[in-house]
Amino acid sequence: MTAPTTPAAVPARSRSRGTGTGRRVRTTLLGLIVPALLLGAWQVSSATGAFTAVQLPPPGAVAAAGAELLERGELGVHLGISTQRVLLGFAAGGALGLTAGAVLGLSRTADALLGPTIGAVRAVPSLAWVPLLILWIGINEDSKVTLILIGAFFPVFTTVSLALRHVDRNLVEAGRAFGLTGLRLLTTVQLPAIIPAVFSGLRLALAQSWLFLVAAELIAASMGLGWLLSDSQNNGRVDRIFLAIVLLAVLGKTTDALLGLAQRWAVRRWA
Amino acid sequence: MTAVLASSTTADPRRRPPLEVSFSRLGRSFGTSSDRRVVLRDVTVDIRPGEVLAILGTSGCGKSTLLRAAAGLDTPDAGSVLIDGTEVRGIDERCAVAFQEPRLLPWHTLQANVAIGLPKSSSASAGKAKVAELLKLVGLDRFAKHRPREVSGGMAQRASLARALARTPGVLLLDEPFGALDALTRLKMQDLLLEIHAAQPTTVLLVTHDVDEALQLADRILVLGSSGDGPGSTVKDLIPVPGARPRDRSSRELAELRRNLLALLGVAAH
Repeated sequence: MTAPTTPAAVPARSRSRGTGTGRRVRTTLLGLIVPALLLGAWQVSSATGAFTAVQLPPPGAVAAAGAELLERGELGVHLGISTQRVLLGFAAGGALGLTAGAVLGLSRTADALLGPTIGAVRAVPSLAWVPLLILWIGINEDSKVTLILIGAFFPVFTTVSLALRHVDRNLVEAGRAFGLTGLRLLTTVQLPAIIPAVFSGLRLALAQSWLFLVAAELIAASMGLGWLLSDSQNNGRVDRIFLAIVLLAVLGKTTDALLGLAQRWAVRRWA
Repeated sequence: MTAVLASSTTADPRRRPPLEVSFSRLGRSFGTSSDRRVVLRDVTVDIRPGEVLAILGTSGCGKSTLLRAAAGLDTPDAGSVLIDGTEVRGIDERCAVAFQEPRLLPWHTLQANVAIGLPKSSSASAGKAKVAELLKLVGLDRFAKHRPREVSGGMAQRASLARALARTPGVLLLDEPFGALDALTRLKMQDLLLEIHAAQPTTVLLVTHDVDEALQLADRILVLGSSGDGPGSTVKDLIPVPGARPRDRSSRELAELRRNLLALLGVAAH
C-alpha cells in the first residue's frame, strides 16, 4: 500500500476517494428529499382537513405523543428492549447461519442430507412458529429472541452456502497444496473469498430480524415497539401507531446503514 | 545476491535434503466408464535427488497430471509415486508446488502469502525470518507489504515461488511456472530458479512446453507423448542435457538437441 507499482495507481485512488466523500454526502442528501416531501405532504393533508385526525394525525401530534412517552420513560424502554431482541436474535441467527452455510456449502453429503429439510423449514411463515415457541419456550424473552433467530438464520445460511460453492477452485487447490484442510482452509481461503456474499446475507438477515421482531411482539409481549403497535390499536391511539411505525423505519434503516459501513470496510479489506 | 544466497543455505539447519522421486507404472484416466479417456499410461521414471527434470510435451498430454500425482493433488488409478522410497498418499509435506498462475490470496500481502507456505511445525519468529529471507532471495523484500494486485505478474510469480520454497521442500514441483510471463521476464525467472537451485539444492520437476526453457534448466528432459499402440501418453524419451549450468543459450550442441526435441514433439525443423 505504501509505494505504488505504477505511478498512475495512487493519484487515481486518492482522487476517487476525494470525490467519493463528496458523492456520499450528495447521495445522502438526495435520499432525504423524498422523506422530507412525504413529511410535508403529511402535514399539508392533515392541516387542510383532507383526512380526519383519527385517520391521519398531524406530524406534530405524533411528535407530541413521542415526547409524552419519552417523558414517562416508556419510549426508552420500548426502544431498548426491541433493539436488544433484534441484536441478540440477529447475532445468534447470523452465527448459526454462517456455521450451517459453511457445512452445507462445503460438504455435498451434508447438503444432500440436510438441504431439503432446511428448505422446507424455511418455507414456514414466521407467524406459524409463534404458538409453537410459546408452547415450548413460554412467554418470555427467549421465545421472542428465538423467533428473530429463525428469521435471521435463513438469509445468511442461503447466501453463504451458495457462495462457498463458487470460490475460485485454483485458490482452494493452492491452499490444499500447502497443507491447509478443514477449518484452517475455511478461515484462510474460503471464508475471506466470500466476504461480500456474507455481508449481503447479513444485511438481509438484519432486515428480516426487524420483521420477525414485530411478529414476536405483536402476540405476546408487555413492551417493545411491536407491543406499542398492538396496544395503541386497542386504545385507538393512532398517533402512537404512527410513532411506532416511524421509529421502526428509522431504527431499521439506521442499523442497516451501520452494517453497510462495516460491509464497505470489509470488502475493501478482503477484496 | 550471492551474500543472501550463502546465508540462506546455512540459516535453516532443519532444511530437507533433496529427495528421490520415482514414478512406477503410473496410469491415469478421466471420465466415466462409457466415455473413458486415458491420459497417462505406464509412466516409469526415476528422478535422482537434487536433479532438475524437465517434463516436456504438447498441451493436453498429461504433463500437469503427472506433476499433480507427485504433489498428492491427484490420485493415479494405476501404479504409484514414491518420494524417498515411501508412497505419496494425499497432499505430501515433502513437496511444494508453484502453479502456472501465482494463485496468491488477493486479500493478503505478499509477505502473508509466502508465510502460507511455511511448514506447520515452524515457530512464529523462525517463520518470520524465513519469509523475510525468501522475499529477499526472490527480490521482493521492498514489496513485502504489497497486495498481489499491486505488483506485476512476474513479481506475483516470484512470490509464488517463494511460497513454495518456504516449505523447505525435498521436491519442488513447478507447473509451467513461467508460462504466462513475457519472454524477457521468463529468462530472468529461469536464471533466478538456477540461483535458487544452487543455493538451496532440491529435486525439481519442471513441467514446460518451452523446449529452450527445458534445455536451459534441466539435467534431463522427459518427453511425454503417445508412443507404441496404447492410448494416452507415456515416456517417449528421456534425454540428458549436456553441459553445466548456466548454459550458453546459443550453443551448437543445444541447437542439435533442440531440433531433436522439436521433432519428437511433432514440430518440423526449418
